[in-house]
Amino acid sequence: MLKLVIIMVSAVLVNNIVLSQFMGICSFLGVSKVIKNSLGMGMAVIFVMLCATAVTYPVYKFILVPFEIEYLRTVAFILLVAMFVQLVEIVLKKTMPPLYKALGVYLPLITTNCAVLGVTITNIDEEYTFIQSITNALGTGIGFTVAILLFSGVRSRIDAATGIPETFKGVPSTLIAASIVALSFMGFGGLFG
Amino acid sequence: MSSLKDFTKGFIKENPVLVTLLGMCPALAVTTMASNGIGMGLATTFVLVGSNIVISLLKKVIPGAVRLPCYIVIIAGFVTLIEFLLKGYAPALYDSLGIFLSLITVNCIILGRAEVFASKNKLIPSILDGLGMGLGFTLALFLMGAIREIIGTGAIFGFSIPFISENPMSVFIMPAGGFFTLGVIIAIVNKLKKKKPPKEIGCACCPSANSCALKSEEGGCEQC
Repeated sequence: MLKLVIIMVSAVLVNNIVLSQFMGICSFLGVSKVIKNSLGMGMAVIFVMLCATAVTYPVYKFILVPFEIEYLRTVAFILLVAMFVQLVEIVLKKTMPPLYKALGVYLPLITTNCAVLGVTITNIDEEYTFIQSITNALGTGIGFTVAILLFSGVRSRIDAATGIPETFKGVPSTLIAASIVALSFMGFGGLFG
Repeated sequence: MSSLKDFTKGFIKENPVLVTLLGMCPALAVTTMASNGIGMGLATTFVLVGSNIVISLLKKVIPGAVRLPCYIVIIAGFVTLIEFLLKGYAPALYDSLGIFLSLITVNCIILGRAEVFASKNKLIPSILDGLGMGLGFTLALFLMGAIREIIGTGAIFGFSIPFISENPMSVFIMPAGGFFTLGVIIAIVNKLKKKKPPKEIGCACCPSANSCALKSEEGGCEQC
């Protein structure tokens, strides 16, 4: 149980997927302009990460390992994630229209988000059990949501700021703001060793 | 001369990281050392050239509706190849690149070039395009890695630099320094180009650009 708590806290704060592992930067910078969209994106990422882990873990353990084709995991995982996102989109559209309305637009954006593939591979590399993998996926998803929400708050202030030099307007100032947010997350380092 | 242009446009004019802002995840993550930057850049170049060749040859065979999954499988195949090669011949680099080697699969640059260039052009231009873009990516990664390694550790390629090595600013090899360095480099490139910085992040990498619902929504995905 303690191990699960450590995995969770480490995934959310200490090894935050965006701010210290640099995965999912594209969507982090792309969707963080409006707080409402950030929340939707975060929820969709949590959902897809959980589902992707639940699908890729058994495939790795029961298909790739017994046949000794572990080296195919990159190919297998990206296909599973892409296929699964599509499936989820279709199923949600038919069965749960309100949820589809809330998450649907973000789903296609997530297929090629490296954070999702990254989490499934990390779970295998760290040799987590199934429960630990799910915990890690949940924690990582929450970490993404926390980071993107915080950052969209910061960003609305930058957009309102005046006096930014012409060359730093737009992307450069956004990246420097991200650097300051990442600096603040460094404070969590050492929380669990 | 157009083939020369295919080759050189990736260096500066359409540099994937610094100008079109694609592939930022590996550009930030592996550039704590200049040598890692070069290694990552060359590995990506290999995958990019390989996938461009195959996609350009197969462009008439791949059905339009399922082209993205096809591209992803081709790219993932080349990524698996380079993983094997590095594991065998450069184990130290393999270890330091870690998970980002597998994540070349979802690097926006590769899918972006497949979609924008290789699927529409003949073999030779596609090879040149892949090579040029890959080397442009390598150049950007080397630049970032060198700056971060020199300021952050006071050494480069194992040679220590006087004055800086006495009190290196280690924040530069930490995540925060990565964002900062990239931000400043992009600002400098903007200044040199004497052009307004890109306000929007390009949609070219986003394979769902055509079906993207955020595009029409006000204040939606900034990428679109």
